[in-house]
Amino acid sequence: MNFSEVFKLSSLLCKFSPDGKYLASCVQYRLIIRDVNNLQILQLYTCLDQIQYTEWSSDSLFILCAMYKRGIVQVWSLEQPDWHCKIDEGSAGLVASCWSPDGRHILNTTEFYLRITVWSLCTKSVSYIKYPKACQHGIAFTKDGRYMALAERRDCKDYISLFVCSDWQLLRHFDTETQDLSGIEWAPNGCVLAVWDTCLEYKILLYSLDGRLLSTYSAYEWSLGIKSVAWSPSSQFLAIGSYDEKVRILNHVTWKKITEFEHPVTIANPKIIVYKETEKSARVETESLAFPPARAQASSLFSTKSKYDISQVPVTLQSVKPVTDRANPRIGIGMLAFSPDNCFLATKNDNIPNAIWIWDVQKLKLFVVLEQLYAIQLFQWDPRQPRLAICTGNSKVYLWSPAGCVSVQVPMEDDLQVLSLCWHSSGDSMALLSKDNFCMCYLEREEVK
Amino acid sequence: MGDWKTITVPALSSASKISYQNTSEKKMSPSSLNMQQVLRSPLPLYKSMHSFSSAFCTEENVEQSISYLNRELTTLGFPSLYSECKDKELNVVSVLNCLNELLVLQRKNLRAQEEVEIQHLKLGSDMDHLQNCYAKVKEQLEASRREIVGLQERDRQQQCKNRNLHQLLKNEKDEVQKLQNIIASRATQYNHDMKRKEREYNKLKERLHQLVMNKKDKKIAMDVLNYVGRVDGKRGAWRTGKTEARNEEEMYKVLLGGYEQRQKQLLVENAELKKVLQQMKREMISLLPPQKQKPKERAEDGIGPVLSDMEEDAVELNKENMWELSCETVREQLTNSIRKQWRMLKNHVEKLDNQVSRAHSGALNGSDVISREDHELETEKLELEIQQCKEMIKTQQQLLQQQLMSPCDDDDTSVLLQDCYLLEERERLQEEWKLFREQKKNFERERRSFTEAAIRLGLERKAFEEDRGTWLKQQFLSMTSDHKNSEHVKTQSAYSGSSDPDNQLMNFRSRQKKPHCLPSVPPSEEFCQTIQHIPHNSNSSVVLNKTTEDSKPKQWKGLNKAETEKCIKTSVTEDF
Repeated sequence: MNFSEVFKLSSLLCKFSPDGKYLASCVQYRLIIRDVNNLQILQLYTCLDQIQYTEWSSDSLFILCAMYKRGIVQVWSLEQPDWHCKIDEGSAGLVASCWSPDGRHILNTTEFYLRITVWSLCTKSVSYIKYPKACQHGIAFTKDGRYMALAERRDCKDYISLFVCSDWQLLRHFDTETQDLSGIEWAPNGCVLAVWDTCLEYKILLYSLDGRLLSTYSAYEWSLGIKSVAWSPSSQFLAIGSYDEKVRILNHVTWKKITEFEHPVTIANPKIIVYKETEKSARVETESLAFPPARAQASSLFSTKSKYDISQVPVTLQSVKPVTDRANPRIGIGMLAFSPDNCFLATKNDNIPNAIWIWDVQKLKLFVVLEQLYAIQLFQWDPRQPRLAICTGNSKVYLWSPAGCVSVQVPMEDDLQVLSLCWHSSGDSMALLSKDNFCMCYLEREEVK
Repeated sequence: MGDWKTITVPALSSASKISYQNTSEKKMSPSSLNMQQVLRSPLPLYKSMHSFSSAFCTEENVEQSISYLNRELTTLGFPSLYSECKDKELNVVSVLNCLNELLVLQRKNLRAQEEVEIQHLKLGSDMDHLQNCYAKVKEQLEASRREIVGLQERDRQQQCKNRNLHQLLKNEKDEVQKLQNIIASRATQYNHDMKRKEREYNKLKERLHQLVMNKKDKKIAMDVLNYVGRVDGKRGAWRTGKTEARNEEEMYKVLLGGYEQRQKQLLVENAELKKVLQQMKREMISLLPPQKQKPKERAEDGIGPVLSDMEEDAVELNKENMWELSCETVREQLTNSIRKQWRMLKNHVEKLDNQVSRAHSGALNGSDVISREDHELETEKLELEIQQCKEMIKTQQQLLQQQLMSPCDDDDTSVLLQDCYLLEERERLQEEWKLFREQKKNFERERRSFTEAAIRLGLERKAFEEDRGTWLKQQFLSMTSDHKNSEHVKTQSAYSGSSDPDNQLMNFRSRQKKPHCLPSVPPSEEFCQTIQHIPHNSNSSVVLNKTTEDSKPKQWKGLNKAETEKCIKTSVTEDF
């Protein structure tokens, strides 16, 4: 495993282009485009203000930089460095910006969700979509980029509008049986739309592309409901993580529950492997220490090594007692993701912040539990193989694959506190992001095998 | 008299005191009590005696006291102290007797008293024991009563608690209900408020929208160097009804594509499953014994043959293009046949399982559960049965053989059996006949010997008569010289006497027995002996007669005489 040198970064804005050739990173108001292979700067764009959001177009030809504070979006072209485009939302303000799947339209959401403006880079035309719903997952594009589903709110009712992305024509418009819709997500095959209600009510609805309600599922009443939703890459399963610390898996034929994954604090089943990260303090040989220690020595002294031990079951995981009198309690399944080959599901229970559960989807059983020393910040599957990268906000990156798991120290002089990471589409490398820096991490192929 | 009474009372009272003491002093051990008794009892007696001597009789009132005593004694049933003949005179003898009797009585009474006291002690101790027991039992009773009371109290408390808990539960339930109601009402209120606020918010938004958007905001603009081409290189089409229709079409195409893909997947899955089913079926058929399969099928459902026909058809179809035909009938056939075979297989496996389990349990029982005795008994019984069966088999075999051996044509076994029995009987009879004949021969021979013996006897008798004649003659000649022949005559008369009925009877009997008993008659030598006896006997009888007159025991004489007479008689009768 190799690491690149450290580059500057701000706001954790570092993205690989979809074709995998370029790497965009933002430092304050500058956008830097590098070649992924040699990390040489190809382009350097200067924006009008500090960049708050950046996104590649699907064809990797353009990149947008959003400056929400000023209500401005700037678009840059890789092919034509002189080309420029600036979209100003003016007094309407800007809260979100994104590319349409074709890479020629930009969707800007104005402040207070007054409307969504669709700016075209090809024509002068501007489209407006009124009444978008103020929610996190209010816009969803199908994977093939043909359709967009948009959550709307009119007259205190939730609606879904389906648009054809090619000409922004409204295809379907239907109301949903939700109290307060909080998210929508297309199945990867683009035929089924999952719509889930606010956390006050456990309710998930499945709509066909033509607006028919396929099924409704509700696991329980009264207590807080759905926290996270994920489709399996094959569209076969829909995993629903909820505040009751369970993941329920629905099948795509009957849309009924297949199984329920619990996340208990104690793991007693001897078939489950529990990897526990243990810290091994550096061999401190007091007699060999010089009084004014050399800098390198000092850094090595303070950086501790860690490794995974296989714990003997039963194991009791570290858990946090959630504060119940505050909103959005830290409890329940906050993160869940299927591996790209559909074989594994990784979940995180927010009140056991140090552990990741990895479930075998074929057997529908718990497979591995990783217990880290620190709270998990993010985990992401390798896009090519069942390999999970985990960061916990320290200077290490952790990798799990069915063969085992490793903990890798990022060998930097100044500690690189990895807060986030993103995989390159080839799965050969990833970028490790800290608050102010990032570095590339290259994985050797043979190591994976 | 008055004195006596006054004196005796304390004695009694003292005695009673003792008894009271006895009863009152429960805690004393019987032995100590006894000791006390022993120590105390003589004291009052002695005292009373002393008082008697001092107070009762004095020189002056001797007469009076005597008379008093006399009266008292007579009333008590003793003889009078005075002699009867002379008035007012003390009969010393009777006095002494009385005294003696009184003393005896006194002793008896003392003994009785002692016994009574002992018994009393015993009873007292028994009483103590019983009282102890009673006390203990009473304590127990008290304790158990207390316990009961405690338990009742506890029970009451528990019930109370239970009631409280029930009440609490009810309250809780009520509370839950109330809370649910509250939640519901709050939710509705919240929703209502939310809606109100949202409306307001919407109004505001609308207003804002108007304010912000309608005013020609120069700022809202896109500053672009030049427009870029579309990804597909085409120009954007005009939005018309046509495009709408096309969009619809495309959407449905996408949907259709999705469904088609799914159907394909399902088809593939179905085909796989069918293949598996088919394979399973084949394997099952090969696994199940074919001769078992058919009758079961027919037994299980009446439409067995039809189904099997259909099955054959299905198999044929299968050979051709099974996978193309996913229609209902084929599916039904397949599932039906699979189900049937599965049932059979299941039965088979269950049977096997049962066998295995039975064998297992049997082995277990043999080692553990069934006792050896039972086992042995069972084996014995079985052995007996085997024996019986073997016997039966043997007889049957015999019968069969007989049947085979017998030339007779009729197969009727009863007749055969009867014949058998008859034959057997005949044989037996023949044997008996033979025996009888032999016996008869023996008898003949004996008779012949008897007749010979009789002839010989007759000859001998004749000779004997002659001898007797000569002997009598000689006797007579010798007797003529003697004067005392009266006795001889007597004896002679006794010899020849036929007046005795007993003798006659004997004679008669002997005569009757004669033809039979002849062989037992002693031969001539014995006969001779008896003859010789007679004179001896007569001599002895003479001697005896003489002695009877001398000696005292008469019975002896008579008995002897009678015996001798009998002997003689018998000898005589034997002569005939």
